[in-house]
Amino acid sequence: MSEPIDFDHWVCPLPLRDTPQIVLGHGGGGKLSQDLVEHLFLPAFANDALASLADGAALNIGGARLAFSTDSYVVRPLFFPGGSIADLAVNGTVNDLAMLGAKPLFLSAGMIIEEGLSIQALGTLVEAMAAAARAAGVQIVTGDTKVVDKGHGDGLYINTSGIGLIPDGIHIAPQNARPGDVVLVSGMIGDHGMAIMSVREGLEFETIIESDSAPLHELVAAMLDVAPNIHVLRDPTRGGVASALNEIAKASGVGVALEDRLLPVRAEVAAACELLGMDPIYVANEGKLLAIAPPERADALLDAMRAHPLGRDAVRIGQVVEAHPGVVVSRTGIGGTRVVSMQIGEQLPRIC
Amino acid sequence: MKYLTEFRDGDLARRLVAQIRAVVTRPWAMMEVCGGQTHSIIRNGIDQLLPPEIELIHGPGCPVCVTPLETIDRALAIAAQPGVIFCSFGDMLRVPGSEKDLFAVKSEGGDVRIVYSPLDALKIARENPEKQVVFFGIGFETTAPANAQVVFLAKKQGIPNFSMLVSHVLVPPAIEALMSSPTNRVQAFLAAGHVCSVMGYWQYEPLASKYHVPMVVTGFEPLDVLAAIHRAVLQLESGRGEVENAYSRAVQREGNIPAQAMLGEVFEVCDRQWRGIGMIPQSGWQLSAAYRAFDAAARFQVEGVVTKESPLCRSGEVLQGLIKPNQCAAFGKECTPRKPLGATMVSSEGACAAYYNYGRFIALDDIPTTESAPV
Repeated sequence: MSEPIDFDHWVCPLPLRDTPQIVLGHGGGGKLSQDLVEHLFLPAFANDALASLADGAALNIGGARLAFSTDSYVVRPLFFPGGSIADLAVNGTVNDLAMLGAKPLFLSAGMIIEEGLSIQALGTLVEAMAAAARAAGVQIVTGDTKVVDKGHGDGLYINTSGIGLIPDGIHIAPQNARPGDVVLVSGMIGDHGMAIMSVREGLEFETIIESDSAPLHELVAAMLDVAPNIHVLRDPTRGGVASALNEIAKASGVGVALEDRLLPVRAEVAAACELLGMDPIYVANEGKLLAIAPPERADALLDAMRAHPLGRDAVRIGQVVEAHPGVVVSRTGIGGTRVVSMQIGEQLPRIC
Repeated sequence: MKYLTEFRDGDLARRLVAQIRAVVTRPWAMMEVCGGQTHSIIRNGIDQLLPPEIELIHGPGCPVCVTPLETIDRALAIAAQPGVIFCSFGDMLRVPGSEKDLFAVKSEGGDVRIVYSPLDALKIARENPEKQVVFFGIGFETTAPANAQVVFLAKKQGIPNFSMLVSHVLVPPAIEALMSSPTNRVQAFLAAGHVCSVMGYWQYEPLASKYHVPMVVTGFEPLDVLAAIHRAVLQLESGRGEVENAYSRAVQREGNIPAQAMLGEVFEVCDRQWRGIGMIPQSGWQLSAAYRAFDAAARFQVEGVVTKESPLCRSGEVLQGLIKPNQCAAFGKECTPRKPLGATMVSSEGACAAYYNYGRFIALDDIPTTESAPV
């Protein structure tokens, strides 16, 4: 881990100097985001819990193991097919806790509201948050409200933080993948990202694709019942399956070998991606998880996942290998290979 | 899923590869013209399946890559002006100009918007009459009809605050330039299906006979590319140099006549600079006299554009098929998609970006750890 930053003599580290100003790609979940985390936040805030770079921090407090996580939600538009910013704000943080194997308990809610948002829209969204919290079995126990000038926000930004309890004997972390492990995904990938795309200004296309936003902790609990030794869990949100697996490969110092034909993608999502020149492996999910586990538990895990409504379409998509550490490789449909690299910033629709 | 999975069938691909192996007797170098084909070849690993005799040379058909630096700098200057909404296809935003890219202009407060169709830009112009709305009209013959139509509509509907920065390029003059170059190594062409769906392929017939070179029109899916390679090899092995259409589900000899009429109405042929290649006579389109009022280059007098290419970048040689991307010393070191020195490293259709993104910077067997990788 790098040394803490001496702010009096701080010099922008080299990888950050390439882009002297923040660009949207810094929030895209790809290499630019990673640069900010690695070269700015990590050294500045240096501590052991942060260093694991998991979806949340695992903390030992008075004999209990707590999971603690935070996330800010800035989606536009606020309402989209299959959900709203409210569902994301609850489920996203619940899922970050679940990816540590924790049972989520309490959330906070920070609302940053843009002047002019209708009370009706806010009311609808707050009701939706309450419903999502009830459905996930968590309580929103503290909160904050700020209003910013018109033009300084997209209607509503929400920050949620959450805490949960990690059961004894569960040690899930991005560093734990081992050669020979299987890579499982809990269902169809790319739904959320393409649902958002379909209603984004200037791109509206007619589709039946809906966001997959859902709380995954019960699915995780069912998985841990049959395989308490799951090595890694990750919800592939921004940057999709590709970015999540790249992060795991790097954190664990292993390679990941996928097969394109095994990746579960809805026909509508595949078609929309094709039209826009995008690759579903980079598209965001909000109700899917990746699990990396020892091979002897693979079948039991898949059975347990498929028995849960949110894991019905679970499949094995590849395995962890010793070769090419830090790199994700996929076998293409016609038998070639490609490296599935971390994307740079945001995926850009192609010109033709 | 029709037209997606069918043309990616692994068994059929293996059969085509076997057919190619069965007929090839000696080395042949063929060029896929279009960047979309390059992307497909590298993404699917088509080149990995081919017998060693067949070398694929990646052609100049990435519109983002060949747009001249001077035009990019002009776009950046226009986009930075107050009162301008600058609309572009997404993959132009990261193309480096001499100093910065459109993303940087956006982060500095420029109103730069990604649109998915030039019609969206016209809509934005209609909705923002107090703003100047500029669309970055680049591309080959493929994107030109929609751009032409939008300028046509802007004039017809009287939308004075709309204009287009046009830098269209044409394939046949580029092929002519390549074939007449003393360094040419190309023995056959896979012609770009989408370009031909607009323009037809009759224009290629004189080129095929003049240079006695096989030209097979094809698409972008693995089976399209493999079938075209098979046909090209058959021609080469039997000493023929003809135009063949392996993409009949989209292309007819005459092309799309109404689209061509629209192009003829709005555009006129002009000389054009190609980034990395240079001036190719009669290889571009500009707005014709009747539509020049919508020319953003004329409307926004940008003074003092001084272009500066990276001295390390060898994208010109890549675009001419003289070197493979990973033969450039800067590839993967000074030049990555995050910090591209040339446009071929930006667009997903650019040969350098395709090589980089799909890990062709080093043999797959000894890919280093991420820490030591040239990132």
